[in-house]
Amino acid sequence: MAQERDVDKLSGTATTGHEWDGIRELNTPLPRWWLWIFYLTIVWAIGYWIVYPSWPLMSSYTVGLFNWHSREAIIADVEELKAQRGPMVQRLAQASLQDIVADENLSQFARAQGRPVFLENCAPCHGGGGGGAKGYPNLLDDEWLWGGRLEDIELTIRDGIRSAHSKQRQGSMPAFGRDGILKRPDVEAVTDYVRSLAGLGSDPAANLDQGKKVYAETCVACHGADGRGNREIGAPNLTDAIWLYGSDRSSIIEGLLNGRGGMMPAWAGRLDDSTIKALTIYVHTLGGGVR
Amino acid sequence: MALAAVDKREPRGAGSEPVVVEAAAVVRQLRDPAPPPGEPEDEAPLYAARRKIYPQAVHGTFRRIKWAVLVVTLGIYYLLPFVRWDRGPNAPSQAVLIDFPNHRFYFFFIEIWPQEVYYLTGLLIIAAMALFLMNAVAGRVWCGYLCPQTVWTDLFCAIERWVEGDRREHMLRERGPWTANRLARAGIKHFLWLMVAWWTGGAWVLYFADAPTLVKDLATLEAPFVAYAWIGILTFTTYALAGHMREQVCTYMCPWPRIQAALTDEHALNVTYRYDRGEPRGSVKKNAALLERGFPAGDCIDCLQCVYVCPTGVDIRDGANLGCIQCGLCIDACDAVMAKIDRPPRLIAYDTDLNIKRRQEGKPPQQRIVRARTLLYTAVIAIVGVVMLYALATRTTESISVIHDRNPAFVRLADGSLRNGYTMRIVNKQLMVREFALDIRGLANVSHEFIGVPGSTDGRRIVEVGPDQTREVRVLVTGRQATMPPSTPIVFEITDIATGLQAQTSDYFRAP
Repeated sequence: MAQERDVDKLSGTATTGHEWDGIRELNTPLPRWWLWIFYLTIVWAIGYWIVYPSWPLMSSYTVGLFNWHSREAIIADVEELKAQRGPMVQRLAQASLQDIVADENLSQFARAQGRPVFLENCAPCHGGGGGGAKGYPNLLDDEWLWGGRLEDIELTIRDGIRSAHSKQRQGSMPAFGRDGILKRPDVEAVTDYVRSLAGLGSDPAANLDQGKKVYAETCVACHGADGRGNREIGAPNLTDAIWLYGSDRSSIIEGLLNGRGGMMPAWAGRLDDSTIKALTIYVHTLGGGVR
Repeated sequence: MALAAVDKREPRGAGSEPVVVEAAAVVRQLRDPAPPPGEPEDEAPLYAARRKIYPQAVHGTFRRIKWAVLVVTLGIYYLLPFVRWDRGPNAPSQAVLIDFPNHRFYFFFIEIWPQEVYYLTGLLIIAAMALFLMNAVAGRVWCGYLCPQTVWTDLFCAIERWVEGDRREHMLRERGPWTANRLARAGIKHFLWLMVAWWTGGAWVLYFADAPTLVKDLATLEAPFVAYAWIGILTFTTYALAGHMREQVCTYMCPWPRIQAALTDEHALNVTYRYDRGEPRGSVKKNAALLERGFPAGDCIDCLQCVYVCPTGVDIRDGANLGCIQCGLCIDACDAVMAKIDRPPRLIAYDTDLNIKRRQEGKPPQQRIVRARTLLYTAVIAIVGVVMLYALATRTTESISVIHDRNPAFVRLADGSLRNGYTMRIVNKQLMVREFALDIRGLANVSHEFIGVPGSTDGRRIVEVGPDQTREVRVLVTGRQATMPPSTPIVFEITDIATGLQAQTSDYFRAP
């Protein structure tokens, strides 16, 4: 370069040639130790390219000398965890549900195992705390469509309800209105009658007699003469305080007109046996489990 | 101010000159810093390269105090992990142990759980106030005597003097060529330094595991990797900080000198050069001649011993200095010289500038240790200390905490009654198994269900909690009333059935 370098007399360092009000900017080089560490990191990075998967190719990528794979690393971690829990999981798999409940340690382990499984798989419908939602049963209360004993819960988790599983159980409320089985006045009458079964106040003008007649002709097969339902077929108890779709008149009318059909997926095959057992124990001890 | 003083004393190029120069020449340079021709003095570079310091050996009162502090503090540090303290079969028998895997800290008779870490807050407040108090009474006592950086640097300097010889010998050899002798000495020195540093790191990890076991595991290469990693890290930091960086840690890295300078006042004792007595300085003969002719002459003979012994390389005669850690070694050096020239000691002493001025004005010196700030610091130390002692003395060994279920906060059962769920955690801080009776009070006409806890013969619910452990119990409370207020206070209580000790906590029963 033709331009003469302006060297600061005091420090002996070249300046950038810039000057502001008599202040000149020194062109101080980076410290050598800093530069060496910088170069070293570059060399280190090249080492990474060689040993780890790094560069994308047309249809694959460079595998690296270590043959390391993030997915395999996770699998190894999971295997390690399984090995760590192995003895307890083994006991869980071998023991019956009653034995697990009787063994304090084992039931504690089952609850601890069941909780994350519940949060991962069940919480989207039943809620993180198991409180359910409209159409999705509350698992904390003592009302169960398909039974609340340990075996009942396990069976429901395993095979599901209307789940398209080979051992699925069917249970649905027919669409009496839409399919033309009941006329609108009959629907309203039986609604008032059903609400009276549960002790819910009804309009004095309601035709309970007509409702009772319709109930006896149409509903009794599933819900029973006394309205207490049938857990064999998932018919809900109509006399208690728990209403899956709401106890107000319009909700019940809606159910009678268009029918109801809850669906519980089958978890057999998706979760292994010991996990389903742990989940069963967890759900059972949420508070609603029937002994 | 400190930097400016250094710059004046060290004109550019001083490093390339012979280091051992005649004292008088240094003094001339000190007095008349000749600016390079053609350049105004204020254009000196702001950067000053480190000048290697060769602290000279010294003997005297403060040196003896420093040796004593060094032996005691390092002795505690290196040996404390091996002190045993019997706590019975359910707890480790190491007097001081930070047990990370089990989340416990043991200190002799004290055992701290993670949730009691506020004791540490109290200790930190006391430590900070003690530091302030030291500073208000006698300046940088911490820096000069107690700081690990000072103690280890002192130890490393002692090793250096032992291997490489005292200041003069060491400096002369470093100016010469690399002979076998020099190489051997340097090798031995660095080896010894690394040994001390390694032992320092080794002692550190012993605080985190059973010391004798860990020593054995370390020796047989069976200790966990993290132990070796920490030994490595601390070996490196000790070797670098105490062997190589030394006073730079105090001058550039440590924030305390800056904070200290902001906290001090004119009554705090500091290592002070009594210039009223020392100035004008000059050689013994010259000053004697001056006195004879009736001119003023001081006691300082400008022998520079105070500078040579200084571990941070400052000249105490420049006055208060950020680089000065106030270790008092210059007092010892000066006293030795004063004794030789038959003058009274303590030309450099713990004193204040205020007293120097008072003496110059003919007033008696003043010592004010009891001042607003010393009283305040003492009071804070006392208050925090009493609070901590009270907390420690009344620390309970059982406690209970309860979390109310959320989402949902309450459940409607089939018969219309309401139920609330709680997760109860019972803490047993004693080193033995204890049985607690569970009670829930505050709500009439309710039923309780403790999941996983069998009922005893008399109907009481008894839960067993292991030694020094906690246990979680899920509780369901069902209200039988038809209607309930939205929120009712409810008390959970545990009673140790052996001793009757109780703990309780409260929560609410929620309803729509």
